[in-house]
Amino acid sequence: MKTPRWVPFFYVGPAVVLMAAACLYPVLTAFQLAGYGWSMGTPWESARWVGWDNVVSAFGNERVWSSLWTTLLFAAVCVSAEMALGIALALALEHKVRGMAFFRTLFILPMMIAPIAVGLVWRYMFDAQFGPINAALTMFGLEPKTWLADPTLAFVAIVIADIWQWTPFVFIMMIAALANVDGSVIEASRIDGAGWWQMTFRVKLPMVMHVIAITLMMRLIDAFRVLEVVYVLTFGGPGDSTEILSLHIYKTAFVGQQLGVASAISVLLLVVVALLSWGALRLSNPMKDER
Amino acid sequence: MSMKRPVPLVIGHYTVLIVLALLCVLPILVIFATSLRQQVQIFAEPLNFIFMPTLENYRAVLEEDNLNRYLWNSLFVGVVSTVITLVLGCMAAYGLARFRFPGRQAVAYTTLLLRTVPLAVMAIPVFMIWNQWQLVNSLWGLVLLYVAVNLPFTIWLLYGFVLQVPVELEEAAAIDGCGPIRIFTKVLLPLMAPGLAAASIFTFRIAWNEFILALVLTDRQTRTLPVAASLFITDLGVDWGKVMAIASLIAIPPLIFTFVAARQIISGLTAGAVKG
Repeated sequence: MKTPRWVPFFYVGPAVVLMAAACLYPVLTAFQLAGYGWSMGTPWESARWVGWDNVVSAFGNERVWSSLWTTLLFAAVCVSAEMALGIALALALEHKVRGMAFFRTLFILPMMIAPIAVGLVWRYMFDAQFGPINAALTMFGLEPKTWLADPTLAFVAIVIADIWQWTPFVFIMMIAALANVDGSVIEASRIDGAGWWQMTFRVKLPMVMHVIAITLMMRLIDAFRVLEVVYVLTFGGPGDSTEILSLHIYKTAFVGQQLGVASAISVLLLVVVALLSWGALRLSNPMKDER
Repeated sequence: MSMKRPVPLVIGHYTVLIVLALLCVLPILVIFATSLRQQVQIFAEPLNFIFMPTLENYRAVLEEDNLNRYLWNSLFVGVVSTVITLVLGCMAAYGLARFRFPGRQAVAYTTLLLRTVPLAVMAIPVFMIWNQWQLVNSLWGLVLLYVAVNLPFTIWLLYGFVLQVPVELEEAAAIDGCGPIRIFTKVLLPLMAPGLAAASIFTFRIAWNEFILALVLTDRQTRTLPVAASLFITDLGVDWGKVMAIASLIAIPPLIFTFVAARQIISGLTAGAVKG
């Protein structure tokens, strides 16, 4: 049967038009806005073309660099801790046991609830005066800490919140990957006398390397996109100790009211994430022409 | 097959699982527990979780703080944008999976790249464009935005599910005289039910939970629940009982979905990376 030529466009068209108008167009506009001097509260007609000025002032601003550094540190610490913990737990718990479906359900709860709720509950937990964490420390005779008022401890707090929320994701990906490993290969290596160590590092992990790589890329991309949890938990403070790039963009635009400069910085963030996404696509592209 | 494992190993296995489950669940229970306490108790005894529960915080936010309206706004935006995303996403996934047409590669790659755009990057241009289109402070403005940012992931997820449906079924239906539209609705859609369930939960979750763009695009009338919750955080301190009551209201629908459709959610999470 010959399909009329309009049929694919009938199916794909509406979604493409909508994504182009309300997703791609805004992203491209970010590049355009980066070249304009425009303050919040003034009409767009009053914006004027400033060329590379915003980019120059963004890269000349020390706070942009410190924010970029905070973002890189945040992504590196969170993602490596989540990957290490998630993979280790999956290896320890890969054996099929009764009730695992129920436990997996509980494990995905942290990533299903709203980032704003996650930020709120950790803000409450870390509260210096009446937070449960300090109360527990006092109970064990330890010194309570002013968590969110100390630059280092505040950074630890946003890292803990992220690890709490996303380690289960790595765990679930790895459990699924390990369950797919061909059992006969494991059996063969056992017969050949491989111990636990050899089996894990020479057989199992290499066989799931592809999934590890994709999971790593997905976590990295998401770590650069984090905004809402930190907004609620610390709002970047104290000082700018937890001001990750996406929060810095938000503050520059909607607190500092410099929409053009903020757009220039957001282009920087967009480029970082686009490069990571491109890498992820090279690893696994579900839509390439396979037929 | 597998040997029987020694008892201590099994006990150790469950102990680790239970500790991990507690770590995941306890902070969520803290949200609900705090929402049921009076402010004085929250201040006085942070670790005392044996207390007389009170619905006072819920009554206060629902009656005094206009929360009824924000709850309705959130539901409207969440449900409407999920339905539209699912219809359009399903059609697009089918079109991309089953047909070869000029521009297909470009559409596929752009879709995959758009999936990862940080919302912070979208905030400023969306604020400007929605102003020009007069969609600011309107629930339909939020719906349009959530449909657009959810479509890439939905298409990507459903694409995999379309591929799992054998082409032969569609060909057989065509021989029986079904037109392309009926093949789509009568043959394909029923077989894709698990994928549609996963996609609708993920879409609803984003639209229901999203905060930063809703904060930029809404006013006193059109606010959603997450925006309302954020307004309880002030420099003077946080009214924990009230704010946790709102956080509980926000958390309930995703928690219900998780317990009802955990398997579909997990298949959605692992789709693309793990085969099977």
